Amino acid sequence: MLTPATANDVTDKGDAAGDALVLRHLSKEYRAGVPVLKDINLEIPGSGLTAIIGPSGTGKSTLIRCINRLVQPTSGEILYGGQDLAKLGGAAMREARRRIGMVFQEYNLVERLTVMENLLCGRLGYVSAWRVWLRRFPQRDIDHAFSLLEAVGLAGFENRRADALSGGQRQRVGIARAVMQEPKIILADEPTSSLDPKTSVEIMELLRNLGAERNIPVVVNIHNVELARRFATRIVGMTGGRVVYDGSPGDLTDKDLNTIYGGENWLE
Amino acid sequence: MSTLDQTAARRRAFTPNWPARLFFLAFAIYLVYAASRLGFNLERMSYGLEHGQRFLARMFPPSFARSELIISGIVESLQIAIIASFFGIVLALPVGFLAARNLMPVWITWPMRAFVALCRSFHPIIVAIIFVKAIGFGALAGVMALIVASVGFISKLFAEAIEEISLKQVEAVRATGAGFFAVLVMGVLPQVLPRFIGFSTYQLDSNLRNSTMVGIVGGGGIGATLFTAYQRFDFDVVLAILIVIVGMIMVAEIVSGWARRVFQ
Repeated sequence: MLTPATANDVTDKGDAAGDALVLRHLSKEYRAGVPVLKDINLEIPGSGLTAIIGPSGTGKSTLIRCINRLVQPTSGEILYGGQDLAKLGGAAMREARRRIGMVFQEYNLVERLTVMENLLCGRLGYVSAWRVWLRRFPQRDIDHAFSLLEAVGLAGFENRRADALSGGQRQRVGIARAVMQEPKIILADEPTSSLDPKTSVEIMELLRNLGAERNIPVVVNIHNVELARRFATRIVGMTGGRVVYDGSPGDLTDKDLNTIYGGENWLE
Repeated sequence: MSTLDQTAARRRAFTPNWPARLFFLAFAIYLVYAASRLGFNLERMSYGLEHGQRFLARMFPPSFARSELIISGIVESLQIAIIASFFGIVLALPVGFLAARNLMPVWITWPMRAFVALCRSFHPIIVAIIFVKAIGFGALAGVMALIVASVGFISKLFAEAIEEISLKQVEAVRATGAGFFAVLVMGVLPQVLPRFIGFSTYQLDSNLRNSTMVGIVGGGGIGATLFTAYQRFDFDVVLAILIVIVGMIMVAEIVSGWARRVFQ
């Protein structure tokens, strides 16, 4: 069912420096005539942490989900690794997806599976369904999972069920699952919105550090402007389905924030 | 303070639900009407009680004189129930998946749901009569009838359970690049497996009870023996058979309780 490509094939596709992800004229309408994303043009470089900020309902989640095609864009191109992801289907789309790790706001772990099983979910694009059913994952994947558990600070948690973990622990598993894919890019959709402030910082640190260590670019949707300023190498501001700010965190002024979020008083 | 009274009168915390009241009234009227039509009254009941007393008196003491016949019958019933449950469960798993509207396109779910509805349309006894006529007397007809009943029951509830799963978990599994079957195995099945086990053990329970009944119409098992005993007015033998059936159901209850605990 799955094309048995080895991990090496995948690494060869994008070069070590990492490919840039280019969005061209990307639009999405859930209902005809009501665009959520309006002609997005964006280039995400092969390294660093890009934060996308903007008010709720402005299409940040839709944008991120268009990239790995959990949402089908209405028009436009998503150029990555020499392919237009928007046009892929079937096996080619699944192969593209496994190079894109995703971290979710509500962690989206499979609650009844153990931490180890959730981590190995990151390998589902590589391992045949039959081996998954029998839980016969390659030893290399299992070793990788153990070392990642240690890296995210959850050593010894492998046999705990996901529904027995706290929010912060779950998000660590969510991040580890994304990294298990050996992705060329990580997308994170509001990864800290369900967490307390201290845990939020820890999760952002983890995302930044894992991305830097492994040379994986990270794109984060985030509500918290302070966190965005602190961790991002670049900030993209969106409002009403359009990009209205694109620059370094240092250059983000109150005036820009007003353009992004509207109003003034909330900045006081 | 007349203004206060006024607002209090206007603001009602619980608005009366007139359609519901009318429904209950109509239901009560129908209940009285239906009971009068069927002669469901005290006079008929007191006559029935007298009759029942005589019947019960003839049942005691239970006679285990023909225990060989009873044991072979109950063993056959048990075999019918277990074989039917096994094949019913195995068939219900794919049928349930295919009937789940959140996983499958409508051109698959629609025929599957129609098939499930067909399986559920008739009582197992009616299905058993059909199979006895079609493939002849014996345990095979009973097994087939109970397989139909099992597929109908388990796949309907299983499909509904699948429709209630968290799609967030499925989305995350899908986002890793997993293929369809891998998504089923790691994203869907873990969420519904305990409920599937629950439905299956309940159906095994139900099949055990029904397997004692299909014999009445020629589908094999203890039912035939029970029916013969009734017709020969051997009520003491009837009681013996009933006691054995109760014992079997109780043991099954305990065993299915264990099964559920093993699978959480």
